[in-house]
Amino acid sequence: MAKKYHVTTTVNGDEYEYLCEPQQTLLDILRDELTLTGTKEGCATGDCGACTVMVDGVMVCSCLVLAVETDGCKVETIEGMAQGDKLHPLQQKFLELNGTQCGICTPGILIAARELLKRNPDPTESEIRYWLAGNLCRCTGYDKIIRSVQAAAKEMRGG
Amino acid sequence: MAQAHPILEKSGFNPDRKLKIVGSSPVKHDGIDKVTGRAKFGADMFLPGMLVGKILRSPHPHAIIKSIDISAAEKLPGVKAVICRDDFPEIKAGSADGDMTRNAMAREKALYDGHPVAAVAATSESIAKEALKLIKVDYEILPHVIDPVEAMKPDAPILHPHLRTKGIKDNDKATNVVERHELNMGDAAAGFAEADVIVEREFDTKPMHQGYIEPQACVASTTEDGQIDLWCCTQAPWVFRDRLSNILKIETAKIRVQQSEMGGGFGGKTGFYPEPIAIQLSRKAKRPVKIMLTRNEVFRATGPVSGTKSRIKMGCKKDGTITAAEAELIFQTGAFTGSAFTNAPQAMFTRYALKNVKTTSYEVVSNRPKVNSFRAPCVPQIVFGVEGVVDEMARKIGMDPIDFRLKNAAVEGYKTIYGDVFGPIGFVQTLEAAKKCDHYTSPVPPGQGRGVAAGFWFNRGGETAATLNIGIDGSVTLILGTTDVAGSRISISMMAAEELGIPVDKVRAVMADTHSLGFNRVTAGSRTTFSTGMVIIDSARKAIGELCRRAAGIWGVSEDAVTFEDGFCKPASANVGNFEPLSIAQIAAKTMASHGAIAGHSEMNVTGAGPGFGLHIVDVAVDKETGRVDVKRYTVVEDAGKAIHRLQVEGQFQGGAVQGIGWALNEEYYYGEDGRMQNPSFLDYRMPVASDVPMIDTEIVEIPNPRHPYGLRGVGEVPVVPTMAAIANAVGQVIGVRPQSLPMSPPKILKLIEEHKAKNGG
Repeated sequence: MAKKYHVTTTVNGDEYEYLCEPQQTLLDILRDELTLTGTKEGCATGDCGACTVMVDGVMVCSCLVLAVETDGCKVETIEGMAQGDKLHPLQQKFLELNGTQCGICTPGILIAARELLKRNPDPTESEIRYWLAGNLCRCTGYDKIIRSVQAAAKEMRGG
Repeated sequence: MAQAHPILEKSGFNPDRKLKIVGSSPVKHDGIDKVTGRAKFGADMFLPGMLVGKILRSPHPHAIIKSIDISAAEKLPGVKAVICRDDFPEIKAGSADGDMTRNAMAREKALYDGHPVAAVAATSESIAKEALKLIKVDYEILPHVIDPVEAMKPDAPILHPHLRTKGIKDNDKATNVVERHELNMGDAAAGFAEADVIVEREFDTKPMHQGYIEPQACVASTTEDGQIDLWCCTQAPWVFRDRLSNILKIETAKIRVQQSEMGGGFGGKTGFYPEPIAIQLSRKAKRPVKIMLTRNEVFRATGPVSGTKSRIKMGCKKDGTITAAEAELIFQTGAFTGSAFTNAPQAMFTRYALKNVKTTSYEVVSNRPKVNSFRAPCVPQIVFGVEGVVDEMARKIGMDPIDFRLKNAAVEGYKTIYGDVFGPIGFVQTLEAAKKCDHYTSPVPPGQGRGVAAGFWFNRGGETAATLNIGIDGSVTLILGTTDVAGSRISISMMAAEELGIPVDKVRAVMADTHSLGFNRVTAGSRTTFSTGMVIIDSARKAIGELCRRAAGIWGVSEDAVTFEDGFCKPASANVGNFEPLSIAQIAAKTMASHGAIAGHSEMNVTGAGPGFGLHIVDVAVDKETGRVDVKRYTVVEDAGKAIHRLQVEGQFQGGAVQGIGWALNEEYYYGEDGRMQNPSFLDYRMPVASDVPMIDTEIVEIPNPRHPYGLRGVGEVPVVPTMAAIANAVGQVIGVRPQSLPMSPPKILKLIEEHKAKNGG
C-alpha cells in the first residue's frame, strides 16, 4: 500500500487533519475523507467544473489539485457559502429564478460565480458566460444560470 | 377487465377554474439542498464498512473471452471480492434478460470497447485499481464493425450468432440487422403522382451522449440472508428492481432500490450499468460496495443515442398541400437491441395531416455501447431530415416556411399513422404564436440566416402510484415513485396544494424506495408531471372525501351535506345548519387521535397524455473561413397544455434547445481503426458551454389537454426534437446549401461552402 502523508487543511474555517495517499486529489479527500460531498465529481479531468473550490483565494478544480498540495492551505467549498441561516445572494437568486435543475453543477457554478462577482461586481452577460465557460451544465441551457448571476450581482450592488 | 379509473374518464378539467397556485413559479422545495451542497446524489452515499468497486473493461471492440483468471487479484491484501461472468446466472442469449446480463457483464464475447469483463471490491480505490491489473483475460480478437451500414453488409463480422432479422421472410442467416419494420398509411405512390414538387434527400446523424454531469454511481449493501439495499441514481427504481430480480434471480421483495437525487439523466439513466456489478460484489464480500463510474467509462460504456442514416422523400402540390411522404431509416443500436427505433416512423411526419406515408426502418447492431434513451428517443435525428425536406418544399413553391407548415398542420380528429386520433391539440396555435412572436417578425440581421423547424412528441402516461398523507397540523407530505429529474416534485406539490386549497409551502414530497409504493414506470417520455400529478390529484380528492366524512361526523350531519372549498369543509347549503367552516388542520387535530390518519393513495395506468408540439426559430452566423456556426438568437415556442410551474417549463424548453445545439454543431463519437472511442472526455467530446449559446427565448402556448384536471401536457421531449433541423435550415440560408449530416462541425461546413462555391463557379 502506498505510503500515506499527514496533511492539515483548513476547510471553511475548520481545521482538518488527515492521512492521504500521494495520488489522492483534494476532491477525493473533501468527499471521501471529510464527507464534504457538496463538491461534485463530473469528470475528474478538469473539464466540467463541478468540483470548483477556492484554495487560498484561487479558484481551482479540486480534481486537479493533489491533497498533499493543500497542506496548510485554506479551502472554501459550497458548504461554507451560506452564513448561518442567511443564504448568499447568489444562492437566493438561483432559488428564486430556477438557476438549478438537477443541481449537480450548481455548487461549482456558485463558487465560480461568487469569485466573478468579487472581481467584477457588474459583469456583462458576455463576461458571465465566458467566466462560467469552465462549468458545464446539461439541464438548463445556461439561460436561468446567467439570469440568476445577473440578478445577484444587481442585488449585491445595492439593487 | 377492471373499470377505468374515474379520473381518467372524467378529469374534472374546467377551463374557467380560477387557479391560485398552478401557473405560478414558487421556489422548489429541493432547491435549498441543491444550492447548499446538501443534496445527496448517487456518489454521496457512505455506509459503514463500505468498499470501493472498480470495473475491468474490454479494450477490444470484439473478442471471444477464452478465459478469465482472477486468482492473483483475489490474493491482493485489501481485496474483498472479485467477480466476472461466472458470478452471474446463466441466461439464454437473445432474450431480453440474456442481453441485459451480457451488457452488464460480458459472457461469451466482449462486444465493444469498454464492455465490463470483471470487477473488484477492495478497501481502497488504489487497491481496487491495483487488483484490476492482476486479472488475466485471454481474448481471441475478432474483426469488428462500427458503422451500421457496414454492419448490414453480408460479409460483416457477426456480433450475435443467434440473431435473425425480425420482419423479413427467409431469415435463416445470422445477421446484424435486428429488425426490418414497416409502417405505412394510405398509398404513397398515388400521393407522389399528385405532387407538383418532390424533394428527396439523404441524411446522416452521429451518436451523441446524453451528457449528464453526474456519472452513474451506486451503493449496494446485502445481508447474509440475501436482502439487498441499492442506492443509485436512476430514472426507473422499479424497473431496475424488476430487471435486477430477473437477471440475478432474486425475489423483488428482497431488493430495495432507493433513488438518489438525479444529477441529470435525459433518458440515459433508464437502464442499469454498475448496479448489478455492485450487488454481486456486495453479495460476495458481505459488505456495502460503492461504484462510481469515471467519465471515461460513462462515454465508453453508457448512453449514447442512435446514429442514423435516412432517405426521406416528400411531395407537395403548388398550393403547399403535402401529398405523400416516404422514408427509409437505419438506426445504429450499439451491441444490443433496444433503441426504441419504432418511435421514429410513428413520430417523424406526425404533426402534418398526411394521408399517404410509406416507411421502412432497420435496427442494426455493431461493436459500440448499447444505445440508451434520450429525450424523444430516435425522433430528433430523423426530424433533422424531415424538416429539411419540408423547408425545401416550402422554398420551391415560394411559401413562407411557417405558412407551409400551417397549411399542412394536423388538427383535432386527425388519425395518426400509429392509429391514435388526435384530441384537442395545439400545433396550429403554436405555429400562429411563432409567426407573431418578436423573433419571427424581426428582420434577419445582415449576414445571418434564419431557420425554423417543427417537432412532435406523443407524451406518455403509464403505471404510476403515489400517496398523500395529511399531518396532524394540516400540512401534507407526498410519497412519489417517479424520479424528479429536473423539478417535478415542486410541480406535483403545487397540484396537491391547489386541490387541497393550502399554500404550497405546507406540502413536502419525498421520492420513495421500491418497498414503499407499487410499480412506477420509468420516468421518461414526458410522463412524470402528467402521470404522477394525476395520481396525486386523485389521492388529494380521496383525502378530501375523508375530510368531508370527518366534518360530517363532527357536525352530526350526513356526508353529502358537506362540501370542500378552498381548504375548508363547509355545509353544502344553509339548510344543513350554521356551522363554522373547518380547515384541514382543524379536522386533523380533532379527529386523528380518535379516527386515525387521513391520507389518499392512488395507483393507476394513466392514460390521456396530450401530444406536444413545438416550433423553433433560430438565427445563425457562419464564419466562412473556418466553417464555425454561431447561434445568435433562439426562440422555442411550444404547447405545454398548462404550465404548472412556468420557470420549470421554460427551463425544459431552454435545456432541450441547448442540448440540441450541441448535437447539431459539435457532439459526436470518434472511433479509431482499432474500434476504440477516441474522445471519451469532456475535453474532446465538446458539449455546449455558457459562452457558446445565447439566451433562449421561450413562448409557452397553452392549449389545455382536457384529459388532465389542469390541462397539462408533458414538455420534456419536444424541446430537442426540432433543434438540429432548425439550425441546419438556418445554416442553409447563409451558405446556400442545407447540411444533411450531423454534427455540422466546422470542417464539414467548410467543405460544403467550398463545394457550393465550386458548383456555382466560385
